[in-house]
Amino acid sequence: MYKRRYFGRTGLFILAAVFAVIFLLPTVLTISNSFMTQSEIEANYGMIFESTRPGVGTYVADSVNLKFIPDKVSFDQYITVLFRSPEYLFKFWNSVILVIPIVFLQVGIASFAAYSFTRYKSKFKNIVFFFYIVLMLMPYQVTIVPNYIVAAELGLLGSRWAVIFPGAFAPFSVFLLTKFMRRIPSVLIEAAKLDGASEWHIFTKVCIPQCRSALYSIAILVFIDYWNMVELPIILLADADSQPLSVYLSTINTGEVGVAFAVAVIYMIPPLLLFLHGEEALVEGITHAGSVKG
Amino acid sequence: MKLAQRVDNLNKKSRDIIGGSLWLAPSLLGVAAFYIIPFFIVMYYAFIDNPIRGNFVFLDNFIALFQNRAFIQASTNTFTFAITAVPLAVVLSLLIALMLEARIPLRSQFRTFFLSPLMVPVASVVLIWQVLFHPNGAVNELIMLFGATGVDWMLSDHNQLVVVILFLWKNLGFNMILFMAALSNIPREILETADVEGAGPIRKLFYIKMRYLSPTLLFVTIFSLINSFKVFREVYLLTGDYPYEGLYMLQHFMNNVFRFLDYQRLAAAAIVMTIAMVLIIAILFIAEHRFGKDVEE
Repeated sequence: MYKRRYFGRTGLFILAAVFAVIFLLPTVLTISNSFMTQSEIEANYGMIFESTRPGVGTYVADSVNLKFIPDKVSFDQYITVLFRSPEYLFKFWNSVILVIPIVFLQVGIASFAAYSFTRYKSKFKNIVFFFYIVLMLMPYQVTIVPNYIVAAELGLLGSRWAVIFPGAFAPFSVFLLTKFMRRIPSVLIEAAKLDGASEWHIFTKVCIPQCRSALYSIAILVFIDYWNMVELPIILLADADSQPLSVYLSTINTGEVGVAFAVAVIYMIPPLLLFLHGEEALVEGITHAGSVKG
Repeated sequence: MKLAQRVDNLNKKSRDIIGGSLWLAPSLLGVAAFYIIPFFIVMYYAFIDNPIRGNFVFLDNFIALFQNRAFIQASTNTFTFAITAVPLAVVLSLLIALMLEARIPLRSQFRTFFLSPLMVPVASVVLIWQVLFHPNGAVNELIMLFGATGVDWMLSDHNQLVVVILFLWKNLGFNMILFMAALSNIPREILETADVEGAGPIRKLFYIKMRYLSPTLLFVTIFSLINSFKVFREVYLLTGDYPYEGLYMLQHFMNNVFRFLDYQRLAAAAIVMTIAMVLIIAILFIAEHRFGKDVEE
């Protein structure tokens, strides 16, 4: 903040602008590159994708031209992806049928659990809640072992339910939603109770409407996390055909480089749309996640 | 009268317990089935020689694990990455939040820009990362412009740096939002009083703001730490199953053990990591409890 004295606000603005360029650059470049023709892409970056993997590290290309603006704007890549190579759309669909059930199940199950944590307090509950937090903080490399054992036991390995179930019961939503529900003024609930409302009625008519924006923001956070998933599918879905696009994109090889950017853009459309629509809710959700107390 | 009241209370209490448990049941049963119960099986596997014979071998699996070069390498890398990336993620996001707090023009647009990487799937930008950090890529060209020699980013010891940058790019926005919220909660009057008394911006930052930020600081540290353990995702998408040594993370180790379905090693590793995580979380919670106290309302 010392800078403020010397440069004032203009200096800070310029600094912020520089940061903004850095933050936006990767996304913007991906989008702009997706409008190049396949041959332009291959000419510019053809050699990269073999050489980033160790063992294959022979660099044939003498230069890699990073280009911002295509020589000629074309929908070449998109046409290939959408109409000529169905495998990308299949993988996209794999992502959808994995992520959508996880989002709805996780948020739905969590809303019941959060209601329980908010309305009924006991020592046991506090212990369970603390346990949920610890579980939430566990990285995949720990939780994947129990997940795998159950999936193997139930014969789910390789089916998408092996991924959906652990996702549906992941405690992140429970934690966040409980924080939101505890902020609902207890007067509202007491009033409904005095009117003789049943618990179900209080839950559906008082709690859920009060939490609408919270539910939306949690759903967004869960969606972006699982839309990005890698760890669970590569272990629980051994079959390459059932992998989501997040995993498949990384295995794109030199022959397909020409369309990789278009696939990348198509893959970022759903979360970006959600972001444009729900940014405020998202910010509110993150803010509540960080309010440590309560 | 008193007894009736007591019975009534008791009824209410048991009703509460039953009602509360019903609401919790779907979640708790699922968590039990998919996380807790199998975790006990993991514990059992960790202490036996193999699932068919089932001989109790005490700590043999753990000793074998700690003698495994790959495991040591993966732990070291994961740890090194965390201690590099987490402080950077905390400090930089705080600086960005402070920058946006000074009422610069286009503030909310900047916030959107900084938050946007959170929404972009890593898989979508790894291509650009590979283009930027290729030996003949844009970053090297930029470096050479300043007279330095280019670096083979992905195949040298600098590859952790590439991933750190990707990690920061992805996570700073989230942390920034947390800091912005905390900053806006600092009572204005205190800052104004400090102004009147002639405190400079540095003083205000360290003597006032930091005190109010300390709970958030710890929370951001916890979250960044947890995210740093998930960085395998970025590494895997950038380099695949067998990255260069410096990027071989614990999740890579687990994936390779899964390939051979060596249950004993998987279980021992899971237990060791659980213990490590619980210790880390406990330390952070205790620290939070200690230092978060003095600013609670």
